[in-house]
Order: sequence, then C-alpha cells, then structure tokens
Amino acid sequence: MADNPDNLDDSRRRFLGIATGATGAVAGAMFVVPFLGSLVPSKRAQALGAPVEINIGNLETGQMARKQWRGRTVYVVRRDEEMLKRIENTTPQVADPDSAESEQPDYASNGFRSLKPEFLVVFGQCTHLGCAPSQRFEVAPPDLGQDWLGGFFCACHGSKFDMAGRVFKGVPAPLNLPVPPYRFIGEDVIEIGTETGAA
Amino acid sequence: MRRATLLRAAALCLALSASGAAFAAGGGAALDAANNDVGNTKSLQRGFKYFMNYCSGCHSAEYVRYNTIGAALEISDAELEQNLMFNAERTFETINISMRTEDATAWLGQVPPDMSLIARSKGVDHIYSFLRGYYRDDKSATGWNNTVVKNVSMPHVLWEMEGVKAKAESHSDEGAAADGHSAADKPAFDVLAAGTMSAEEYDDVVRDIVNFLDFISEPMQLERTQIGIWIMAFLVIFFFLSLFLKKEIWKDVK
Amino acid sequence: MARAESELQIGQKDGGLMKWINDRFPFDKMMKEHVTEYYASKNLNLWYVFGVLSMVVLVIQLLTGIFLTMNYKPSAAEAFASVEYIMRDVKYGYIIRYMHSTGASAFFIVVYLHMFRAMLYGSYRKPRELIWLIGMIIFIVLMAEAFMGYLLPWGQMSYWGAQVIVSLFGAIPGIGEGLVDVIRGDYSISDITLNRFFALHVIALPLALVMLVVVHILALHEVGSNNPDGIEIKKKKDANGVPLDGIAFHPYHTSKDLVAIVVFMAAFFAVVFFAPEMGGYFLEHANFEPANRLKTPEHIAPVWYFTPFYAILRAVPDKLLGVILMGAAVVIPMFLPWLDRSPVKSIRYKGVITKSALGLFVVAFLFLGWLGLQPATDLYTNLARVFTVIYFAFFALMPWYSKIDQTKPVPERVVMKGAEHA
Repeated sequence: MADNPDNLDDSRRRFLGIATGATGAVAGAMFVVPFLGSLVPSKRAQALGAPVEINIGNLETGQMARKQWRGRTVYVVRRDEEMLKRIENTTPQVADPDSAESEQPDYASNGFRSLKPEFLVVFGQCTHLGCAPSQRFEVAPPDLGQDWLGGFFCACHGSKFDMAGRVFKGVPAPLNLPVPPYRFIGEDVIEIGTETGAA
Repeated sequence: MRRATLLRAAALCLALSASGAAFAAGGGAALDAANNDVGNTKSLQRGFKYFMNYCSGCHSAEYVRYNTIGAALEISDAELEQNLMFNAERTFETINISMRTEDATAWLGQVPPDMSLIARSKGVDHIYSFLRGYYRDDKSATGWNNTVVKNVSMPHVLWEMEGVKAKAESHSDEGAAADGHSAADKPAFDVLAAGTMSAEEYDDVVRDIVNFLDFISEPMQLERTQIGIWIMAFLVIFFFLSLFLKKEIWKDVK
Repeated sequence: MARAESELQIGQKDGGLMKWINDRFPFDKMMKEHVTEYYASKNLNLWYVFGVLSMVVLVIQLLTGIFLTMNYKPSAAEAFASVEYIMRDVKYGYIIRYMHSTGASAFFIVVYLHMFRAMLYGSYRKPRELIWLIGMIIFIVLMAEAFMGYLLPWGQMSYWGAQVIVSLFGAIPGIGEGLVDVIRGDYSISDITLNRFFALHVIALPLALVMLVVVHILALHEVGSNNPDGIEIKKKKDANGVPLDGIAFHPYHTSKDLVAIVVFMAAFFAVVFFAPEMGGYFLEHANFEPANRLKTPEHIAPVWYFTPFYAILRAVPDKLLGVILMGAAVVIPMFLPWLDRSPVKSIRYKGVITKSALGLFVVAFLFLGWLGLQPATDLYTNLARVFTVIYFAFFALMPWYSKIDQTKPVPERVVMKGAEHA
C-alpha cells in the first residue's frame, strides 16, 4: 500500500474505514444497552424486595424471631446480659473477631455486631454453602461439648458461630454471618432492608 | 444515488404514517380534540389528584405504581402517602380498588374497567368527549345518559363541577342519527342547574384527567422520545460516515 | 479492484491460530466463497438492499424475542399483565417490546419489497426458481410466525383475530371442524391455544425460518445474484475467472448495504421511539384491552400486512371458496418461474403490456390491503372483487401476455443506471 501512487486517497479511505468502524462499534454498544439493562431487578422485584418491618415488642430476652427479606431469612435475637458477656469470652476463639472481612453495615461493625447491643440482626444463612444455622443458645449441651458458650450451629457441615454471629476458627465457614441493613423505627419495630444512608 | 436513497426512505415513512387507523368509535358522536400535553407536569399533578378523588373509588389502574407516578410528577413519597394513596400503604403498590366484583356487578351492572391503558385503547379524545358528554335522562337507570357512550352505566361523577344539562328539545335522538357525523351530531344543551365551575374551567379539569390517563397509559413516553432524539442524531452522523466510506470504496468500480 | 482484495484479505494463511482453525474448519474458504470472492453485479440498485435488511430484521426479532421470553408468561391469566410488566416494570423493557412489535411490521415491509424486486427484475426465472420457491416458503412461515405471535399479548385483537383466522380452517369440507379443534387444542381459543402458539412462535417457526434463510442464501450463492438488467454476469469472465461486471460482495456491496442498514435503522427507531403504535397500524388500539370472550370488538381488522389476503377472503360470498381463494392468493406467486414466458427477465426490457400488468397488480395489491382495513360495505366489497380479479388475472394470464409482449433487446453487458448521481 505504501508504494501506491494514489496515497492521498488511501489515507482518506483508511480514515473513513476506521471512523465508520468505530461508529459502528458505538452503535453496537448502544444496541446492547437495553438488553443488558433489562436483566437488572425490575420494579416489581424491587417492590417485593422492599424493606420489611418486624415487631420486637413481644420478643423475650434470650429468644429469637425470624423474618423473610428478599427471600432470605433474617434472625433477630434479643440477647440478655449473660449472652453479651459470653461474646467477650469467645473473642479469642473466633476467626474474624473485629468483622474486618465480613459483610455488615458500618453501624454494625462493632464488638456486638449490632446497632443496639441487645438486638442481634443477622442473615440466617451460613457463609459456607448457605444452609440455615440453627439456634443453640444453651451453654455446654452434650452434643456440642463443654466449651460451647451458646451461638449458632450449622448442621450441614458443622460450622459454628457465637452469639454475635461470628464464625469460630477451624470450621468450614469462612466469614461471620452477614448483617442486613436495618434500623429501629421507635422502640419496638425494626425495619430490615433499610436503604443505604437511611439509618 | 444519495438523493434517490433519501427520497425513497422518506416516501416509505410518509406512506406508512399517512393516516392513522381510526379508533373504532362505533358510530357515536363526533369527538372533540382533548389537546392534552403529557409534558405539562402541573396538569398531570392536578389530573392525578382528580383521578384519586373522583375516579379511584371505582376504577383501578392495576399496572401503575404510585412511586412511578411520584417520580415522574415530582411528588414526594411523604406527599403520596399522606394525601394521594387511599387504598395502599407502600408507594411501590399499584392503584387498586377495594370494591368487590360481586358488589360492582350488583351496583353498576359491570365491573368498572381498569384505567391503566384506557387512553391507549379508547383514545384521549374519546375520554375527553365522554366526560363532557353527560346529560340528564330520566329514562335511564342512573338518571344520566351520554353523547359518546349511549346508555352509559357510569353515573356523572363530576356533575357538581359541571352542573346538570339536558338535551334541548329541538334536537331529538332521531334527528341526530339521520345524517351521521355532522354538526347536528353535537346536540345543543339546556342547563338545568349550574355547577361550581364555568364551562371552560370544567373543560380544563377534564383535560387534566385525560392528560393523567394518557400519562399512566405509557408512563415512559417522555423518556422514550428523549432517548429517541439522541438515537436519531447518532444515526445521522453514522449515515454520513457510512455514505462517504461507500463512495470512497466505490471509486474502484469503473 | 485487485488492490482492495489484497488489502482486505481476511485471516492469516501462513500460520497462527487461523491456520490451526483452517486446517480443521473451512473458515477462509467460506469467507472467500460467500464474502470476499462472491461476485455480484456492479449495477445492483436500491431494490437490492431489502434482502440484507430482511436479515437485519430477523436478527432484531430473534434477539428481542429472546429477551421478551425472559419476562413473558404464556398463560391466559397472566399474558396480558406480563406484557404490561415488560412495558412498565422491566428496565428498558418497553424498548425491547416496541422493537419487537415494530420489527414484525418492518419484516413484512422489507419482505414485500424484496419480493417485488424479484418480480421487477425476473429474479425468479431460471436458474433461480429454487431460490424463489424457498423464499415463498419463508414468506408463508413468516406469516404463520406473525399470526401466532399476535395472539401472545392476549389483547382483544389477539383473541378475536385468532378466533377468526383459526375458524377459516373449519371451511375445509369433512375434516374442517376437527382440524380447528386440533389447532386450538380446545373448543375455543383458550389458555391451551396460547400455550401452544407460544411454543411454535418462539421455538419451532424461528428455527425453521433461520434454516430456510440459510438454504435461501446458499442457493443464491450457488447460481449468483440477478441484476436489474437480468443478465447472467457469469457468462463474461476475465482471465482470473471473475465476472467482468461483477464486484466482490465485500467491500463493495457490504459498504453499500451498510448505508442502507443505517437508513433503515433510522426509520425503524423513529417508529420505535416516536410512533410505536404507528397510528394503530403496528399496535392496534383494541389490543390494549385484555382478551374478553364475551365482547367482540366492533370492528375486527387484521394487522396491515395480512389485509390484502383478508380482503380477498371477504370479497367472496362463499365461505369455502373464500378460504380457497385466500390460500391461492398466498401460494400462486410460487408458480411465477413457470408462468413467465417472456424472452427477457428484467422489466427494463419488457414491453408495455407486462409493465402495465405489473403496475395494475401493484395497485390491486395496495388497494386490497387498504380495503382489508375498512369495514365491509357493499361498495368496498365490490371494489375488493374487482381487485381480486386483477390480482389473479396478473398470474393467470401471464403465460399469454408475457409471450406476445414486444420486448426490447437485452445488452451484452450490464448498464450502470443512475451512475451520474454517484
């Protein structure tokens, strides 16, 4: 091409080819937008996944309530003084005591992993393979051994969590139970799924 | 060559859009033009308010979410919840009615139709003319009749605003039917009782309602045309580039 | 020309990934055969872009169709609401849906023009009879595809249109009634019918369409494209075996097609974004009302692309005969390769009789299309009868008038018409 005598023409041709090609690529990208855009959760999915409220006025200390949000179960536990004390005792035994790696809103990124120490709000979903850990708040039951200070036990693969949903060392689950976004509406109502920034 | 291409494309577009398929009016009265403007947010806000107050007791809009309306009409969630949502608690809900099907059938003879798409199925002019076409008719069950929908089962909900009118004696039904769609098709009315509004004010209220119905029938219509303008501009550039490239390459062809 | 070829050579012959692939799959060979060394006449005019545009629309319909299927529910209880869900709740769902609904009409526009091109320049004549026949089958499958797709939104027109069209099969003596039940899978148009039409619309017929289009193009590339002069360019070749009047599909015809595609896209998206209902022709007003089997719309008109045939159906006072004539109207163009006895292919060299006949045919077809949209009054029915006679006479009398017509001599080489504009 370099030895073509007509090289003025050639540069114009090359320029137009590249310009048209680039514009065509932009056209292709624009064409794809509505198709990929349509894959995100629709308004209906957003409506169905809107925040839910749970009344905790009747929840007794040491008890747990369950609530569905976006198809996942959320555990709400009213912890008593004993339980809170035991959380401090388990700190040396858990894998991520400060929840540095785990998933929670900033306001739950503390020792008790909660807005108010009294109430624990976590997803009831093991961070190993998604089974629902069961509620084992009793101390030293025969099957979990003398050292058990109360927490959650996942029967699927034996993962153990303490009363703050923190995972113990040496079990398959890698991270603490995730905390959903939530806030208190008055004294007795927790809203689960609060939009970020609303708390 | 280029001129021919453009001309043919233009001719194709014109031939296609020459005349819209008429709404099946069913041989009723000639319709008045609604002349509503979906870009008029103030009108839509008023129309929404009228709709919720006068229509939504019986008519649902089951595909329309309150927050969709709120976002487009610049109405806050708090305002929606306090003043405009009569039958819903959360703003993402759709406009539903509490009337049961059996009750509706017993009271009105039929379930009042859903309003989500009424502006697209009937046309805005139809609704505009319909809401202005009520007159007193003692022979009908509700006491009302309508120039657009004969023997309408829906009573005149807006009568307090418009007042009550009756067909003038000289224009009987038979006379109007004789020569079809002519000026005589629009009967003259006698005012039996004045409403709270003038005729012009009432027309504006109806226009706002029609405008709102037009909007909810296709809430994305404004967004759609805005996107469209950018697409068209882009394609014009693309057209000239591809045309120059074609001409350049075709210089080889002797 | 030789310069362009060497410049735009696709793939590296001497090693690398392309060699590895070419040793196992004839990629370079296919590109040569169908793209870089497929020679078509240099004087192809605007009428020749509608083939590639049909392909573009097919791709649009397949893509949008796949994405619509992700949110559509093929059941009588949910179909209508799911379409509104796509329109209102799915992000950009309305663009995808309008592209699909506009694409349906666009498909018929480009296909009708594509077919008219073939009639204009005798592209159905020997040796391209099979291309024409496959094309006609594509057209019929496309009609079935469009008809079944139209039921899916489950609006009033969907329901009653399907009701009317399916009932037509009841006119067939003996088996008619049973056949109608088999098509519907029920005793009326119902959830069951919707479900099976969905299956056919999204899987069976698109698959058939794609395969037929491949066969259509393979057959075309075997014999080569016709041209506005109706001359076989392969008869005059240079030393390298390249037709003297031929130019490579790529980059010459592709660069030209690209311009056409961009213009088409502009028209297409103008409808999608500014007039998706197209005044009630592309999306009928009554179809924004959910199907209601207790209430027939006052005026049932099929979508515009079916109306010429619908007008023929209505023009006949007898049910069975109407159905037969309508079916014949769809099928009769298949016989064109054998009805045309003219010594020349292209309209350019045909005589005044053939030109008038084709002109009359176009007028008849357009008028029938318009009449099919109107309510059937006595005047309109009589007009439809006149145009029905013209429609069939065009084909039935062709063996006679194409033979006696005074034709002009065909030149040896193709003529560049409109070259002065370029």
